[in-house]
Amino acid sequence: MNVVVEPDVWVRALAGGALIGLAAAALLLLTGRIAGISGILGGLVLDRRSGDRAWRALFLLGVVLGGLIFLRLSTLPAPGAPGAPGGWPVMLIGGLLVGFGTRMGNGCTSGHGVCGLARLSKRSRAATLTFMFCGFLTVFILRHVWAQ
Amino acid sequence: MNLAVALLVGVVFGVGLTLSGMTDPNKILGFLDIAGAWQPTLAFVMGGALMVTVPAFASIRRRNRPILETKFHLPPDGNVDLRLIGGAAVFGIGWGVAGFCPGPAITSLASGAGSIVVFCAAMIAGMWLSDRAAPR
Repeated sequence: MNVVVEPDVWVRALAGGALIGLAAAALLLLTGRIAGISGILGGLVLDRRSGDRAWRALFLLGVVLGGLIFLRLSTLPAPGAPGAPGGWPVMLIGGLLVGFGTRMGNGCTSGHGVCGLARLSKRSRAATLTFMFCGFLTVFILRHVWAQ
Repeated sequence: MNLAVALLVGVVFGVGLTLSGMTDPNKILGFLDIAGAWQPTLAFVMGGALMVTVPAFASIRRRNRPILETKFHLPPDGNVDLRLIGGAAVFGIGWGVAGFCPGPAITSLASGAGSIVVFCAAMIAGMWLSDRAAPR
């Protein structure tokens, strides 16, 4: 095992994480809602409750705009920079699994991880441990078992 | 007012995701690859977010209501069940396959890359399939 530490990368990670946390705290304080991306997206495209869709659409539009603003102002690499490993078949399979799993398990990295852990929810703690473990295991199998 | 808040908060969330490095799938896979050239730095993203949300949520939840609405909309505190663990496991596998979770995928639509559009469309299809296979 090698550990690669890039100093400017961890400062960016910490600052970006703090901004994500700030956004989640602001949404809860102002509107009483959890900033879970998969839940907000699923509610927009599948649940179709009237009166509950506009804020979801605008929040997600804001998330894309945040990426665009960053692209304009920063010399850092673009979000989703080319070199996404594996090309579109991998993106298709990965997207299907991520959508299926987050809908079934009621949350993703933001809803269960950032917000649920902070709410001290035992469901979110169990979900976060599970998806982290399965992420580590999947990469281990794909890179070190399958690829051998 | 609520709609303006949603948009602004979304922008901050998107900038944070992009700044943090979560939108680079190679970095995510490097973080998940403990047995390879491990890049542990992305743990700081979750760490930085929790440094804000843990104290903030604790203090917000002492309020009776949020500032702009009459009540909080929080998921009920249920039990850990098979559906939760199964869903989280499938999500984790997908995360390890493609290196994207939902937030970074949405903000990466800003790049206009075809592969990101494919991921987001497949993600919505996966959510739809989940409702068919295991109705809520």
